[in-house]
Amino acid sequence: MSVLIQAEHLTRYYGKHCAVNDVSFTLEKGQVLGFLGPNGAGKTTTMQMLCGNLAPSAGQIKINGFDLLDQPKTAKRYLGYLPDTPPLYKDLTVQEFLEYCGLLHDMSKPDLRQGVNRAKERCGLTDVADRLIANLSKGFQQRIGIAQAILHNPEVIILDEPTVGLDPLQIREIRSLIRELGQEHGVILSTHILTEVQESCSHVQIIHQGRLVLHETIAGLNLQMDTGILLITTRLPADTALLNNIPGVTCLEQLSPLQFKIHHSVTDNPTEHIAQSIIAAGWGLEELLPLKRSMEDIFISLTQEHHDS
Amino acid sequence: MSMIGTIAVREFKSLFLSPLAWTLLAILQFILGFLFLTQVETFNTLQSKLAGIEGAPGLTDIIVTPLFGNAAIILLLVTPMLTMRLICEERRNKTLALLLSAPIGNIDIILGKYLGLLGLMLLMIALITLMPFSLLAGGELDIGKVFANMLALALLVSAFTSAGLYMSCIAGHPVIAAMATFGLLLLLWVLDWSANMEDQRSQLFEYLSMLRHFQAIQSGLISSVDIGYFLLFIAGFLILSIRRLDNDRLQK
Repeated sequence: MSVLIQAEHLTRYYGKHCAVNDVSFTLEKGQVLGFLGPNGAGKTTTMQMLCGNLAPSAGQIKINGFDLLDQPKTAKRYLGYLPDTPPLYKDLTVQEFLEYCGLLHDMSKPDLRQGVNRAKERCGLTDVADRLIANLSKGFQQRIGIAQAILHNPEVIILDEPTVGLDPLQIREIRSLIRELGQEHGVILSTHILTEVQESCSHVQIIHQGRLVLHETIAGLNLQMDTGILLITTRLPADTALLNNIPGVTCLEQLSPLQFKIHHSVTDNPTEHIAQSIIAAGWGLEELLPLKRSMEDIFISLTQEHHDS
Repeated sequence: MSMIGTIAVREFKSLFLSPLAWTLLAILQFILGFLFLTQVETFNTLQSKLAGIEGAPGLTDIIVTPLFGNAAIILLLVTPMLTMRLICEERRNKTLALLLSAPIGNIDIILGKYLGLLGLMLLMIALITLMPFSLLAGGELDIGKVFANMLALALLVSAFTSAGLYMSCIAGHPVIAAMATFGLLLLLWVLDWSANMEDQRSQLFEYLSMLRHFQAIQSGLISSVDIGYFLLFIAGFLILSIRRLDNDRLQK
């Protein structure tokens, strides 16, 4: 497998504020990497750095083996980028705009015609090719942004929140397009919608407060999802502090006086211990239910864990 | 190199997509046409008197030089309005990312934008020059002097544009870019006034004044000092613009 993006120890400061702190990862051909994080986590900053729009304060980025700082022009040839706001010249028609983008990427005439037609087809823009971008809806504009990023058939495609502003049907189309692109290219997409990552990515990376807190394949993440949370209902109010001290329990979430959720580690499963303690204390165990963790839980627990430490 | 051309052509065409360029060309042509005709009228009334004087100013001096002088002042007002959107608006509309993530250098972006707008400026000068050339139908012109005027105006406008481009790079809002450009250009234009005070002339102010260099070339005296002034001015602001765009990547 060829490594398309190699980012090492990326750090970015805005004044004294550290937006991205020592982030390293690689992207290989055939991978779709989902970049997750709450707002302000540093997703967009990282992407801007990968695309050469922003210089990292420290660290190195190699695109397809070319250093982004030493050989920016060569490195950027392999990049297609859709920023969070699609960069569109609103007084051009779709056709004119895509042709201009092709020219900026130094495409030859026949390549350009073919590339524009393919991009229009893939993003469903053929019918609106002769309309002014300013007159098109937000969904169409977003699709033009995606078309612009895949136009020159780049090895690496970076999409910053690609499905924002699309209707559910279009979201489905774009997701399948992303999966399709992921087979021949390397794709990075950022989002804060978790199901999107589950649907279209092969790898997931969670960034929180500028730090990378998780880098995992979707399969690996699914493994993590089987266990981890117990939903417990008791007849009498339980002493939560006592349960919290049981080894293996990471945190306890009180839902009502009689119901709470226990987050626990996977390796050191405390379920039996908890059940015994509740029965021994005579609180009346009524329900003990292992919950399948959704990606949402992982996301929240990872980002909160970090917050607490 | 081809990238500069691509960006320049796009910029030039974009100007004509909105009514902006058309309106400006029309208004400019109308006002200057009016001034030109007034000048021709003046010449007609003076003609009989001038015939008797040895070495009197000719047709070119009376009509062409004031015409280009007026054009320079009008362009001083117009240029900031055209340059203000160059980089500033791209940044505000977030379209700059398109250029920054494409395999093109900042030099290409700045020069492309500059040359694209300069194309419109030179088109304006070409249209203005057509007026004096219409006089060839019934009179004689000092062609050399007309070309000196064209050169002077072209250099002046190129300098205006480069300063405007830089202001557009640093300003956060187009209107601020326009005001800053206008302020700077006007200051450089009138700097010469203080230099005119007999007893305390400032050599520095005299050199910095655009008007002085412009008038020197306009008079037909094409010296390397004046040409050098404009070329340094243009190169200086272009380099500053490129540096400024580099800076965008480094800190925000």
